[in-house]
Amino acid sequence: MGTTASQLGKDLLSEYQELTFLTKQEILLAHKRFSELLSKEDRNLTSVPMEKVLSLPELKSNPFRKRICHVFSTSDMKDGSLTFEDFLDLLSAFSDSATLEIKSHYAFRIFDFDDDGTLDGGDLEKLVNCLTGETEDTRLTPEEMRQLISNILEESDIDKDGTVNLSEFQHVISRSPDFVSSFKIVL
Amino acid sequence: MEVLTTEGRDRLASHMSDVREQADERSEESMQTNLLVRNRWSAATLRVLSSMPSRSVGQQSRLEIISQCNIRSTQLRRYHRQTQDVSLSSRPSIRGYGIEADSEDVCEEETKRQELVNNLQSLSAGDRVRMLRATPLSLAEKTKLRKRVFSDKVGQSLLSSQVPCCSLLKRALYHILFGCLFIVSSLQLWQVALKRLGGRFGTGVLSYFLFIRTLLLFNVFLFLINGLFLVLPQAIHPPLHTPSSHRVTGLELFTGTGYLSNSVMFYGYYTNSTINTSCRPDEATAGTGCSTTSDPHMMAYNIPLAYFFTICITFFITGIVLVYSMSKSFGRSFRVFKSQGNLAIKVFCSWDFKVSKKMSVRLQSENITTQLKELLSEVKGGEEEKGRLSGMAVHLLAWSISLGSTFFCALGIHCFAKHMHLRRLEDVEGEVSLVHEARLLALPGVVSCGNLLLPGLFNLVSWMENFNSPIVRLYVSIFRNLLLKVSILGVLCYHWLGKIAAEPQQHGLQCWESFVGQELYRFLLVDFIFTVLYTVFGEFIWKLFSQGVLRRRRKPVFDIARNVLELIYGQTLTWLGVLFTPLLPAVQILKLLLLFHMKKSSLLVNCQASRKPWRASQMSTLFISLLCFPSFLGATVSVTYTIWTIKPSSGCGPFRNLPFMFHSGKQWAQELKSTNPKLAWLNWVHGCLVENPFFLFLMAGVFLMVIYVQTQILDGQRKIISLLQDQIENEGKDKKFLITRLQAVHEKRQYPLSPSSRPQPQGSEV
Repeated sequence: MGTTASQLGKDLLSEYQELTFLTKQEILLAHKRFSELLSKEDRNLTSVPMEKVLSLPELKSNPFRKRICHVFSTSDMKDGSLTFEDFLDLLSAFSDSATLEIKSHYAFRIFDFDDDGTLDGGDLEKLVNCLTGETEDTRLTPEEMRQLISNILEESDIDKDGTVNLSEFQHVISRSPDFVSSFKIVL
Repeated sequence: MEVLTTEGRDRLASHMSDVREQADERSEESMQTNLLVRNRWSAATLRVLSSMPSRSVGQQSRLEIISQCNIRSTQLRRYHRQTQDVSLSSRPSIRGYGIEADSEDVCEEETKRQELVNNLQSLSAGDRVRMLRATPLSLAEKTKLRKRVFSDKVGQSLLSSQVPCCSLLKRALYHILFGCLFIVSSLQLWQVALKRLGGRFGTGVLSYFLFIRTLLLFNVFLFLINGLFLVLPQAIHPPLHTPSSHRVTGLELFTGTGYLSNSVMFYGYYTNSTINTSCRPDEATAGTGCSTTSDPHMMAYNIPLAYFFTICITFFITGIVLVYSMSKSFGRSFRVFKSQGNLAIKVFCSWDFKVSKKMSVRLQSENITTQLKELLSEVKGGEEEKGRLSGMAVHLLAWSISLGSTFFCALGIHCFAKHMHLRRLEDVEGEVSLVHEARLLALPGVVSCGNLLLPGLFNLVSWMENFNSPIVRLYVSIFRNLLLKVSILGVLCYHWLGKIAAEPQQHGLQCWESFVGQELYRFLLVDFIFTVLYTVFGEFIWKLFSQGVLRRRRKPVFDIARNVLELIYGQTLTWLGVLFTPLLPAVQILKLLLLFHMKKSSLLVNCQASRKPWRASQMSTLFISLLCFPSFLGATVSVTYTIWTIKPSSGCGPFRNLPFMFHSGKQWAQELKSTNPKLAWLNWVHGCLVENPFFLFLMAGVFLMVIYVQTQILDGQRKIISLLQDQIENEGKDKKFLITRLQAVHEKRQYPLSPSSRPQPQGSEV
């Protein structure tokens, strides 16, 4: 692919270093992988369509891959395509040094399947289905699902409005010691 | 639904809510929790709901994020005591009235942004960078903000030149630390195998294997310390012994006698003098080591002192590590804010995003499904569990059978041990032959048989009893097994320390410590052999039998309690034996390594996951506390008893001429006092700590007071948390009330003459 350092200006590189949680090597590697995704297309395109992003080996089998693309995409067409800066945002939120706050914020947005700002019953059901897998024999029965959702709401909905908002979500997350280490994607 | 106009939607919504009203009047509880569910409300209400500050999280509500950032940057400023003006009215709930006009939003966003820029400018450079980084805005937004912040300052030169050296240093240190942590975590032993096992069999079985890993680490620590300070110096400067002729038969490896008894493995080999590092072997005189005429630059290594202190220090450090990990486990399982369960945490936090292979993702899904089912069944089981008076008689019978069998087993072992010693006395007088050596293995064999068969009996007995929840069954089973092991070990310790050590001549022993060390070595080995046999014959053949002959489709289930207690038993033997056999931890390490792989293969081939999954969440806490309390404490007590009250044998070992073992430390302290008066305070400290009990009472009193204060603090925190929870609930009720009022007012305005208009808002709490 040639020397990528020359394609990413030094000023831009240090700016990215300041604004994200990524190190210089990680940014350069991200640039390299992003350019590879663009390589077969027209060079003038600045954003990569969602299907190409989903072909990355780190995201390929992740059940949340589509949600991740939608959350980090800043395109007006809401089609999940990512620019390079969106890609850096993604890697920064999933990096080793990102704070718990950032991670829980983005985790909340990823789990909010209908984008309404809270996790209601439908969101929770889709979340559990993503966790338990695609095949029929690993999914929960409807009875178990109903009980699970009502238990989750009982445990985490403090103001009893039937949904889990961001603060309640962050409160639940803060009780788990290994959330930070499991919410990581490294290229 | 998009085709309908706002009016049409409202009419439909009101009609639908009419129909629902009748149903809802019958089920008030569901109303309480679902009052803000979407499809009951009008469009205006929905707009209000969707722009509520607690729900504005997404990309389109930058304003909320910027307000939060403002709050935080102001707090940071106040903390650093910079400018005192507080110019933020960023309490979110007041903002709610501005929903109609979007242009107002944009203006407000602009003002907020300007405020944020001002705030950021007044922070220090490091804080600014950290603040910007931690804001959950998109990179494009952050770049714009940053440009505005820096546009007032001296331009682009800030970017590269003004990086102070201390922040570079900090960053470098940070990277080094991360590198070390990364190396340590990548050295995680058996990570892949553990993940595979956990995925297939659930957390209960996984905790057994994690426990093996923990024990391995303890033994590696023991082995390293002992090896470095005891074995190595003695091995490099071997004492002169009269070479005894022993026939080398393979049995020595199992019995520890023969040429092994005069090796660095056992207590008897160690000298009781100081080794000087520059002396040559031919200068040594028998039994006293090197000559003591020394020149001051030579290093003197006092073996008895080293022995005493090494053992004490390893026990001390192991004790501290155990207590620390036990308290950490307790801290994790019992929280101040004790919620009803772990389901929400499991659902939100358990997905590991690092996993990328398709097979591993599938395994992870399986794992999570199993855990969720476990948790759900426990919750359900907890709800159905009621006390039952019937079956009391069965329980009594079961307990009497278990306790009785334990007692008889202990008695039997006691008698057999006495008998074996008498036989051994006869053997010692006669010729040493292979059969006599093999007889040494009889007692360990009998004990291991008892250890194997009695838990099977306990299983049968508990199958007869009908327990409501699997957790109770597990605890009862663990308790019974524990009682068995404790009584067996108690009888054996009484034998060794009470009988043999007290009168070694009566048992025909010159070096009773080596003998006890050899006994422990034999016990460990025979225990391992029996475990191997049981795994091969018990699990494998039973599986063939049950599938072939009994034609059962299910494979047997892994018995966690029994296996864990066997591990603890083995570790107790190791700790008991460290004083007499410094290399015993090495044997235990080998044993654990082989055990891990054997059990893993046996599990994958012979067993299956339990069909009725139950939660094993506090298993690690239980295992560590079992390791700490009966096991480690018992070993410490017997080692302390040995060091304090038993006279060492006069013919062998590093403590040969001392009345008690701890006198080596005492002598050294007194020597220090006489040679180096400045260090006399050490002797005083030693006297205070060891001989004066008042000091210990004082320490215990201070300790108890600290615990009491901590419990009071925890209590207070709990009270505050419940008060705050009540307050949040009340706020939630206020919110519901206002929303329903809003809906009622809107409907009244919309349908003033319609018969379905309701003058009263439904479901409102007044």
